[in-house]
Formats: sequence, structure tokens, C-alpha cells
Amino acid sequence: MTLAIRRLKACVAVIGGGPAGLAAAVAARNAGCGDVLLIERDRILGGILNQCIHDGFGLHTFGEALSGPEYAGRYISMFRERNIRSLEDTIVLSLAPASEGGLEILASSRAGLVAIDANAVILAMGCRERPRGAISIPGDRPSGVYTAGAAQNLVNLENIQIGKRVCILGSGDIGLIMARRMTLEGASVESVFEILPYSSGLPRNIQQCLNDYNIPLFLSTTVTKIHGRGRLEGVSVAQVGADRSPVPETERYVPCDTLLLSVGLIPENELSRMCGVEIDPVTSGAVVDDTFMTSVPGVFACGNVLHVHDLVDWVSVEAAQAGAFAAAYAAGSAPEAGIPVKPGDGVRYTLPQRVSGARDCTISLRVGAPWRDRSIVVRTPGSASEERRIIKRTKMVRLHPAEMIRVDLKAADFAGASGLEVCVE
Amino acid sequence: MPVNDTYTDVLIIGGGVVGCAIARELSRYRVRVALVEKELDVGFGTSSRNSGVMHAGFNYKPGSLRAKVDVRGNALMDDLCRDLGLKIKRIGKLTVALDEADVPTLNRLKEQGDANGVPGLEIIPPQTMQKLQKGVEGLMALHSPSSAIISPYALTIALAENAAANGATIRLGREVTEIRRPAAPGESFEVTTVSAEDGRKETFRAKVVVNSAGLFSDAVCRMAGITDYRIYPCRGEYYVLDKRLDGSLSTLVYQAPKPNAPGLGIHLTPTVDGNIIIGPSAEYIDGREDHACTADVMAALRKEGHDLLPSLRMSDFIRNFAGIRAKQTPPEVGGNLDFVIEDRKDVPGFVNLVGIESPGLTSAPAIAEMVRDMVAAHIPLAERDDFNPRSGRSPFFFSELPPDVRADMIAENPNYGEIICRCEQITKQEIIDAIKNPLGAKTLISIKYRARATMGRCQGGFCLPRITRILRDEFGWKPENFLLRSVRSPLYAGHVREDKGGDVR
Ligand SMILES: Cc1cc2nc3c(=O)[nH]c(=O)nc-3n(C[C@H](O)[C@H](O)[C@H](O)COP(=O)(O)OP(=O)(O)OC[C@H]3O[C@@H](n4cnc5c(N)ncnc54)[C@H](O)[C@@H]3O)c2cc1C
Ligand SMILES: Cc1cc2nc3c(=O)[nH]c(=O)nc-3n(C[C@H](O)[C@H](O)[C@H](O)COP(=O)(O)OP(=O)(O)OC[C@H]3O[C@@H](n4cnc5c(N)ncnc54)[C@H](O)[C@@H]3O)c2cc1C
Repeated sequence: MTLAIRRLKACVAVIGGGPAGLAAAVAARNAGCGDVLLIERDRILGGILNQCIHDGFGLHTFGEALSGPEYAGRYISMFRERNIRSLEDTIVLSLAPASEGGLEILASSRAGLVAIDANAVILAMGCRERPRGAISIPGDRPSGVYTAGAAQNLVNLENIQIGKRVCILGSGDIGLIMARRMTLEGASVESVFEILPYSSGLPRNIQQCLNDYNIPLFLSTTVTKIHGRGRLEGVSVAQVGADRSPVPETERYVPCDTLLLSVGLIPENELSRMCGVEIDPVTSGAVVDDTFMTSVPGVFACGNVLHVHDLVDWVSVEAAQAGAFAAAYAAGSAPEAGIPVKPGDGVRYTLPQRVSGARDCTISLRVGAPWRDRSIVVRTPGSASEERRIIKRTKMVRLHPAEMIRVDLKAADFAGASGLEVCVE
Repeated sequence: MPVNDTYTDVLIIGGGVVGCAIARELSRYRVRVALVEKELDVGFGTSSRNSGVMHAGFNYKPGSLRAKVDVRGNALMDDLCRDLGLKIKRIGKLTVALDEADVPTLNRLKEQGDANGVPGLEIIPPQTMQKLQKGVEGLMALHSPSSAIISPYALTIALAENAAANGATIRLGREVTEIRRPAAPGESFEVTTVSAEDGRKETFRAKVVVNSAGLFSDAVCRMAGITDYRIYPCRGEYYVLDKRLDGSLSTLVYQAPKPNAPGLGIHLTPTVDGNIIIGPSAEYIDGREDHACTADVMAALRKEGHDLLPSLRMSDFIRNFAGIRAKQTPPEVGGNLDFVIEDRKDVPGFVNLVGIESPGLTSAPAIAEMVRDMVAAHIPLAERDDFNPRSGRSPFFFSELPPDVRADMIAENPNYGEIICRCEQITKQEIIDAIKNPLGAKTLISIKYRARATMGRCQGGFCLPRITRILRDEFGWKPENFLLRSVRSPLYAGHVREDKGGDVR
């Protein structure tokens, strides 16, 4: 490469300066890595939290309800106090294993292109929203259809009012938060429609963002058509049957000038794929072991790029672990063989997908449907040669797909297991 | 309301690829040329809503106008793309015979193509087919090496911008509503236009009027007193697929056509920028601007996509669009009629283009040559010595350049270092260039078609707020200035807090 490309070295490079990247960088430094470099494409650190001006962050970590920017601010202070290097306004364009070992990052900023050689890389790029095309809503393609997060950015950060009469498709948390936000800003929020028979947002958001403002939520209902050649004029909605396809007799028209889509988040794994990281088809994030290392040695992942979280507190916890393990790897610790962890009945995914057995660990999981009074059971899968063994049983009053569940395991409890399976009983 | 008068030698009605190609062709000569387009940018009609294939020309009857202008247009395309700084990929096409019944069709197409002067046609066996495209099945195929892909909107825009650079006047957002024929030989047409933005009228006086109004060509004919034609709109819907699948197609693959089909059937077409599109369907509709996509067709396209490309996932569908064919045949007749390209004897000076459906994109530069000759019968055309055929622009997006070239360009202009559209890695300078386009087009779609921003897998979720910020901070835009595509499609309703007006960070 020419001289015009600046070269940098780092022991641990962190891609993304949201809560995951910040906590990972701080932990890597705390674990003794003197040479941590964090790269963030936005002009300020903090990630998606900067546009989340509502409160409710940090109840677990700090025991108080902070706004998004306040929560981020705490971590930014810890980050700054440790004099960790950062490149803001710098976007990582590519990531690849370097021919001489280690990893090579190519990043771009107004100051030029920069190539970074790193012993270990922590992926903390967060996620993006699923757009209209990905859910194939028929009809016209007028203005006034936004993803909820883009709308949140425009309203909260750019002082732009996006519309006056709003419908929301999808009851994900961002959609719920925006229902309240748009109401407070003087828009009339007509309805929220959710195709599933239950909400995909947190119960507390349903209460605080919809019920408190008398915004109706229609379950098992979807938008079947978008109307308007210029600006959005209205949507057709219909109830869906058990197969989730619309029942024509129930179709009705709802006038509105704005439709917000809160129909799912997709971990932003372009760089991970580029580098050859194996991706779990269910989480759309990397397959990792209990050190948060991906299938590519030296590449770690945490936060929303690994799997979509509902609570930022768990992002921070998970990222801190990833940061410490990445620092240990960069200092020379070897990867360990793994015991596979698999989702069983009722469980959509488990993470990590492999555990070493060498240490205590936490399994994160999500269930496939809401339940009451069930147990989460961790067991060995059982085979002809090995009897099925229950490792841990946790009673749960309610289980909800919107809420991530964490199960702590002691290394001693699953020593010698050839595999683990997590299921709902 | 006051009426402005503008004098010109030639007035072109309609800024699709055909009108823009004509404007550019005429800008080689010492004549005054004006083009009026009712939308806020060129190419918003059918010209941005098609498969982007440069057809080889074997599907059309020998001796027909379609055969003539398609083969000629296809042959002109390499030089044209080089001059205008556009990508063209000569990926060729396989027209596949699935069973014995298709074999005579292939033989007929080859004979027809040879008669039309299509270069390099060959009937090839399955082994050769599979060398050209892995996994393709069939008895045999007609291989047409001159079939190619281009970006249809990039071509339309580049033609218009080059015409403008060479002195043609391009007037956007002006709809022709009335045409008065010359009162006496030697006098001018009087063409009334209405502004989409403020409703003001402007009259153009022109010696020659060219009707290249696409789906509305019959309406424009009627304004000039010509009642011979009627357009039957026939919609084709598409899906756009994620770039993840880039590289899965190395050539175009079509099935042998069935008699009287309204189009060439649903297929996968790679785009020059690395996406794949699935489509088009064919469905006669009432509205000429009804670009809606419909549940049934979308489901059929998804199914077709999965059949043709087994590795396709639901998450690979990123967007839909639809284009409308300007057919001269009603549904009960089907098929196609030949293009109408005529110098009306009954209305001297009225050059009339009707029914320019497929392959109108391929044919546009050749149609422009024919129209030039027709214009020359009314106005002497003397070549200019200062005509510059080149746009001076690179066919590549910044992200497609090698890293060292990029590094040098960022050193000179830091705006190239700032990525605005993350999916397509489009830089701030490319956004600024798009906003400062020479036609003065200012809609979000105009920026999209020039810079590719919002065309990636997140469909603008990331870059829309950023583009908004650039337009506000560096170009002084107010919320009401942001339009998606027309004056009827505002993006924003105002400020959240009127007192602040700007950045609340
Ligand atoms: C609207 C909304 C409401 C929420 N509400 C709550 C709540 O009330 N309570 C709660 O606890 N949690 C809430 N959350 C969840 C919490 O905010 C997220 O889980 C958390 O922000 C995820 O952190 P992250 O660091 O993984 O991702 P992000 O915060 O998205 O950070 C990723 C960072 O990586 C950067 N990046 C990405 N790619 C690159 C690249 N190529 N180069 C350089 N930088 C890059 C991005 O710019 C970004 O700064 C909410 C989330 C949202 C979106
Ligand atoms: C689904 C589909 C697939 C196709 N695929 C291909 C292909 O692969 N290859 C190929 O070669 N061809 C293809 N075609 C055909 C090709 O797209 C068209 O032939 C070509 O775009 C026609 O260009 P045009 O300039 O005549 O029309 P248009 O692009 O429709 O331009 C006409 C313009 O006139 C304007 N206008 C109308 N009325 C007025 C008025 N009163 N005043 C001012 N302006 C007015 C309109 O706004 C419009 O911009 C396809 C077409 C369709 C529908």
C-alpha cells in the first residue's frame, strides 16, 4: 500500500463505540492490555444510546433509571479516565486475517485511510433495522414510511418532525418508544399493529408507552397494503390467521400520513462475514464460545452485533467479559476445545454456542413463545452411551420471547458433559 | 397568471431515456433544443423501471423498426457508455430450450437474429451452456454474446446531463398540457406547459416538436390533433435482491419465449452494481402511473426466485419496484406492435414516437439518430465544432477504486473519507456531487439515482438522517424542502422545536 495509507498497531482493536464497544475496551484495559484502540464511525461515542433520550437504562448496572445518553456517559467517562485511544468519525471498511498472523482492519475518515494491525479484534458494531422491502408489504411506495429507529434519530437528534398522523407496524421496543415520543411531540398515534399473537416489546414499554397514552395495540394484525402515490395516505390492515396470512374479510383502511416500522433488528455482520466468521442463522450473529471468541481466532463479538439485546445492562456485562478474554488472548492465551450448547424444545437460541467447561459461564437464551409457570432446564442431550443428566432447573413465573433470559452455570456442575441442551419444560 | 414565452428550434416532450438521447444527439448541432419533463427529474417514468438489459435483437421481426433500432442501439452502446462514464457489462444471454417443443423456437430466433444482423449468435449444447452459467439446465440454448446490462437511470441521467453541458435546455417539473399547431407553414408550434411546483404556465414556441412522452404519448398526440393511437399500460413488478448474491449469475438466462406473451417472462437479471432483480411480471392495468406492487405478484416472484436461485433467503429481498410498458395492443390481443417513429405528414414538424416499449432502452441512441434525420428535414442541422461527447466522469463509485487511489483522493478532498451510506459505502463528496447535479434535480430519489445512497440493504435507515443533516447544514434546506420524488411526497412535516431550528445535539 502507498504512503498515503496510515498504519497503526493495536493489541486489542474494538470496532464500534456503543455500550458494547466501550465496556469491552474498558475491560480489556482493566485486564492489563495497555494498547487498546476503539474505532467508531459516528462523531461521538455512545452508539444507539445517543438517540434514546427516554429513561430506563442502567437499572441493573447502576441501580438507577438513566437516559440513554446518561448511561453511555458513564461508560465514556470510564473509557476516558483510562486514556484509551479512540478514532471517532472513522468507519471500518474491511476486516481480514493478516497474512503474517493477527488481523488487519482498513478504516476511513476525513483524515484518510488507516490500516490497523491488531492481535485481537472485538466486534461491537451493533445492529440495523429491517426495512420495508425485507417484509414485503404490498402497495404504493410513498414518502412517510420510516423505520422506527431512523425516525427516532430524525426526531431526537435532528429536530425533524416526520409526520402528524402515525401508525406503527411491529411492537418492538423502538416502535413502542416512538409511539410515546410522537404523541409527546403532538402527533396523533392511531394504532400499533403486531402480526404475532403477543407483543415483541418489553411489557413495561407496553404499559408506559401505549397504555398510559391510550394507544391501541392490535395483535395478530398486519398491514396488508400501503396507499398513496405522493405522501402516505393510509394503510390497509387485516387480522392474520394461524399461518400469519391475512384474513381478507377483516381488512380495513386506516388513514395516516406516517407509518413507522419496528419489525426487527439485524446484527450488522458485514465485517464479520468478510473476515470469515461463522454466523448462527437464528441469531444472525457470530457463533461464539464462552470467551466470546468467534470461529476466527482472535476475533471476539459482543453486544447487539452478537445477538439483539433488550437491556443495555446485559450488553455491558457481556462486553466486559469479551474485553477481558480478548486481552488474555492478545497476551497469548490459547483457545480451548468446546462443549456444544444447543437450543432444545421451546428455546429459540442459546449463546454461547460452545463452552469450554474450564470455567463458570452464563447461557443467554430466548424462548420461542410466551409461557407461564415453566422451567428452563439445562441438561446433557443424552445418547446410547451417556444417560441424560439435568444440570440446572430454573423455575420461571413468566417467559416471554421479548425478554432475554440468562442462566448461570458452575463449571463443576457440567464437568465431563459431551454437550448441553437448554429447553423449556 | 403571467405566461412566459420561450423560443426554441426543437422542443422534446418527455425526459425518459428516449427524449434524453434525442436531446443529446441534437446538441451536436447548431440548433436550439429544449426538453420538458413533467416530473422533478429525468427518467422517473419507465426509463428507471426496467430490467436494464441491452437486448441483442433476435426477438424482433426482420425489417421491423424494433429490429433495426435495437441492433443499432446495442452496437452504439459501448462507445456511448465510454463517453458518458457508465458501466456496461457484456455478459451475454442464454435463451434456453427446456424441451423439444422449444427447439423450433430457438432455430427461428437464430435465423431471425442473423437476418437482423445480430453478431455472434450460436446454438450451443448443455456442456457449453454450463460453462457460461453453472447449474443451468436445458436441451440447448441460443447464446447471444452482445446481450449486456447497464444502469437504465444512470444512462438517462448521463444523456440529459451531457445534452445540458452541450447547450440543450432541460426543464424539469413542467408538464405539457396543450399544443397549438403552426397557424401557417413556416410558423411555430405553441406548446403550453404547467409547473408542478407553482402551477405557473410557460409557453414554448418551437419549429419542431418531438413527442417522446412514453406512456402518455397518445395523450400528447391528441393534444396535437392526432387520434390514431392508444396506449394500454401493462405493469411489470420486480424484487431487488441483496448484494450477498452478487456473482451467482455470470450471464443472462431466459426461457425460450412462448407465442403472444406480453413480455419475455420472469427471470433473474444481475445489475451492473451487483444486485440481482427478479421480474418482471406482466399485468394490464388501468392507471399509467400506478407503480404499486401487489401481494399476489410479489408472492409469485418470491416463489420464482426461490426456484431459480435455491440459496435465496427471505432476508435477501430488499425492495420492490414496478415499471409500466407502453403497449399499443389491448390485453385481448396481446403480443407487441412495432415502434411508431414517424415524421407526421399531416402535422408538419411533429415527430412522433409511440409504443416505445421493450427494447426502448437499448434502442434509444438509434431512435435518436432517426429523429435527428427527421428533424433535419425541417431545420438544417450544421454540426458544432465544440460538441463534447464526454461527461468526464468515472464509471466507478469511489468505493470501487483501489485503496491507494482512494487514499490520495481523500488527501486532496476529505469529503471522500466520510462515509454517508454505509451499505454501499457512498462518501459525502458523492452525495454533494449528486445534490449539485447540473439538471438542478433536488428530490431524494434524484440523489439516490446519482449516488446510490439509500439503495442498499438498509434502504436509507442509516443514511437518510445523515443526508438530511448535510442538506440542512451545508445547503440551508428547511424541512419542507425535502421531497421524496414529487411535490406531493414531502418527507417531513416541520421542526420538532421551532425555536431551535437546527442541531439539538
Ligand atoms: C430505540 C431503542 C430503545 C432502547 N431502549 C432501551 C431501554 O429502555 N433500556 C435498555 O436497557 N436498553 C434499551 N435499548 C437497548 C440498548 O440500547 C442496546 O442494546 C445497546 O445500545 C446495544 O449496544 P451495542 O454497543 O451493541 O450497539 P450500538 O449501541 O448500536 O453501538 C454500535 C456502535 O458501533 C458503531 N459501528 C458500527 N459499525 C461500525 C464500523 N464499521 N466502523 C466503526 N464503527 C461502527 C456504530 O456507529 C455504533 O456507535 C434500546 C435500544 C434502542 C435502539
Ligand atoms: C418492466 C419493463 C422492463 C423493460 N426492460 C427493458 C430492457 O431490459 N431492455 C430494454 O431495452 N427495454 C426495456 N424496457 C423498455 C424501456 O424501459 C422503455 O422502452 C423505455 O424506458 C422508454 O423510454 P421513453 O423515454 O420512451 O419513456 P419514459 O421513460 O416513460 O419517458 C417518458 C417521459 O415523458 C414524461 N411525460 C409524459 N407526459 C408528459 C407531458 N405531458 N409533459 C411533460 N413530460 C411528460 C414522463 O414523465 C416520462 O418521464 C422495459 C420496460 C418495462 C416496463
